[in-house]
Amino acid sequence: MFEIVFISTLNGILYGMLLFLMASGLTVIFSMMGVLNFAHAGFYMLGAFFGFEISRRVGFWPGLVIAPLLVGLIGMAVERYGLRRVHRHGHVAELLFTFGLTYVIQQAVEMVWGKLPVDYEVPRSLDFPAFTVFGTEYPAFKMFELLISVAIFLVLLLVIKRTRIGLVVQAALSHPGMVAMLGHNVDRVFMLVFGVGVALAAVAGVIAGPALVTQSNMAGLLGPILFVVVVVGGLGSLGGAFIASLLIGLLQTFAVASNASLADLFGSSASAGALQTYLSDIWNVTVAQVAPILPYLLLVLILIFRPRGLMGTRET
Amino acid sequence: MTKKLALAAAALSILGLSAMPAAAEGTLKLAYVDPLSGGGASIGQIGLNQLRFIAERINAKGGVNGEKLEVVPFDNEVNPQKSLVQVQKAIDQGIRIIIQGNGSSVAVAIEDFLRKYNERNPDKNVIHLNYAAIDPILTNEKCSYWHFAWDAAVNIKLEALTNYLKGQKDLKKVYLIDQDYSFGHSVADTAVKMLKEKRPDVQIVGNEFHPLVKVTDFSPYVAKIKASGADTVITGNWGQDLALLIKAAADAGLKVKWYTFYAGGAGGPTAVKQAGLADQVFQITEGINNIDYKPAQETIRAYMEAYPKEPVYYPRLFNLTGMLFEAIEEAKSDDPAKFAPKLEGMKYKTFSSGDEGFMRADDHQFFQPLYISTLEPVDTKTEFDEENTGWGWKEVAQVPVKDTITETTCKMKRPK
Repeated sequence: MFEIVFISTLNGILYGMLLFLMASGLTVIFSMMGVLNFAHAGFYMLGAFFGFEISRRVGFWPGLVIAPLLVGLIGMAVERYGLRRVHRHGHVAELLFTFGLTYVIQQAVEMVWGKLPVDYEVPRSLDFPAFTVFGTEYPAFKMFELLISVAIFLVLLLVIKRTRIGLVVQAALSHPGMVAMLGHNVDRVFMLVFGVGVALAAVAGVIAGPALVTQSNMAGLLGPILFVVVVVGGLGSLGGAFIASLLIGLLQTFAVASNASLADLFGSSASAGALQTYLSDIWNVTVAQVAPILPYLLLVLILIFRPRGLMGTRET
Repeated sequence: MTKKLALAAAALSILGLSAMPAAAEGTLKLAYVDPLSGGGASIGQIGLNQLRFIAERINAKGGVNGEKLEVVPFDNEVNPQKSLVQVQKAIDQGIRIIIQGNGSSVAVAIEDFLRKYNERNPDKNVIHLNYAAIDPILTNEKCSYWHFAWDAAVNIKLEALTNYLKGQKDLKKVYLIDQDYSFGHSVADTAVKMLKEKRPDVQIVGNEFHPLVKVTDFSPYVAKIKASGADTVITGNWGQDLALLIKAAADAGLKVKWYTFYAGGAGGPTAVKQAGLADQVFQITEGINNIDYKPAQETIRAYMEAYPKEPVYYPRLFNLTGMLFEAIEEAKSDDPAKFAPKLEGMKYKTFSSGDEGFMRADDHQFFQPLYISTLEPVDTKTEFDEENTGWGWKEVAQVPVKDTITETTCKMKRPK
């Protein structure tokens, strides 16, 4: 029993941190600019493919630096020449713009790299088991993933809460006129924020690429789980996203470990027969089977009972 | 030109006459209805590449019955509703041969649709050639005269696989993990049943289902497999569900044998190679590259030169087209009503090894030798690698045709 709990906790934390890694850029852009960036997964994919291309030429480590920089530059260009123009027409236009952008990125990636997965490998220097518990190995690359994720969280938190840059950026969202009056270039602030958010997506891509599957449909398969993280955590709250990632990671991992079903719960009760007839469709479905759906259930519950999320500061 | 034809067709149908087939004299059009965008695109594109490759070669030799082949792609996004729209579109263009593969739900929808269509249009039949959908329902409960299947159905693959496993002495504890939809369930149910019959001593220590293409992190599933003490895993998983599962298993240091249907599918070999699981992942298929059979190897070489970026193909699509063209030439007609009877019972030397297979007339299921193979770095004996990984499939066992025969419940209704 202890073994299962221990391993599940470990797996849950690792998965949660991977989720946070992927969601951090989305949160940054949303909390600083108020833009829900649908193209986030697209930039994540670009990061993975750039990382792959650089890693097979000069190695993984240069890729980890160069790929996010390149994708960040692309992001800034997108903000400067695309998003900024669309911004005038309100949030719906922004949403549609980023939504369309995902298709453009996907097609571009397919044209360059084809539709098959590419062989993006874990770097040699991290390709060994870090430690073994209860006979299960934990690869060093996963630990690296975890470290990067925590580091990103801490750095972002410090920059936003403790530095002048963070202050200006936050003020630019709520009082753009005043911030401009004080001599700051609000447009440039937004462009940089978008660039940073997109670069974070690319960092996630570079790191998740070798761990998962680097393929032209990876953006689509990443799916809505990141939006769950952001909404559950509270739209625009970095700490919230961090906690929500962990929560979702643990919830899902523990659910998979459980083989309980309604039949086990009520099977021995007096009304078992009647219950079984009424609930025949779900009578034997185990918790494990529905595990990956649980985050979405959580999303629905949060939206009903606490629409601003666990740590959100505003309703929308 | 197309506009005029469309106008003419519209005018004719208004007059109550049937629309004229738009196919120009001397071309035989094949409709390819499969995913060409979205998540399934990588798989669908391979089939399209291969059909075009085949058409070019046949055309260079003068075509079929003097007719040039033309492959017309229709993107169905693996969606049954969209597939029916696309099939109707193909029919409207005068195409009467539909080639489709991915998604049993799609295949069932098209099979039903064409059954009704052919009843209503007895003088203008359309045929459904299925190269990949393997839900047994297609050739049993729902079997149709106008549907022919070239990939071995789930029960046939498992019949062959369990016949092979019967002799594997080190097999003691089996874990089943499958995607939670009709196909995954039919794999699990059939495997449980057949293992109980053929190896009653083997323990089934887990029978897990997970949602289709929704899991990013398989480590909790791997932890369960590990805790169960299994020495063998049988899975019908495909695509990223297989790739991520195998990678997570390798990460956790799980040492089991993997028996899969689709480790050779797009992305599979890349994942197995990344996981470093040499000689641990097996697949059961109708053929592999590394069988010492010259005609196949020459074709494969030419194919890989033509599509260096996506050097993957399906042997069954070669069997399908080979038999189709033979039937058309025998019947001297590209009218499905005339060539379908020639397909029934046809014997054919399969693409991969030249061993003979046959199209069973009772249910229109093609029976062929099946191969169990394992992925490992290529050596002197294996020439071809997969997806440019440097790893290739090596034959472990050939299951002869007689060990793949299963019963069918199909009661074929033939047109009068």
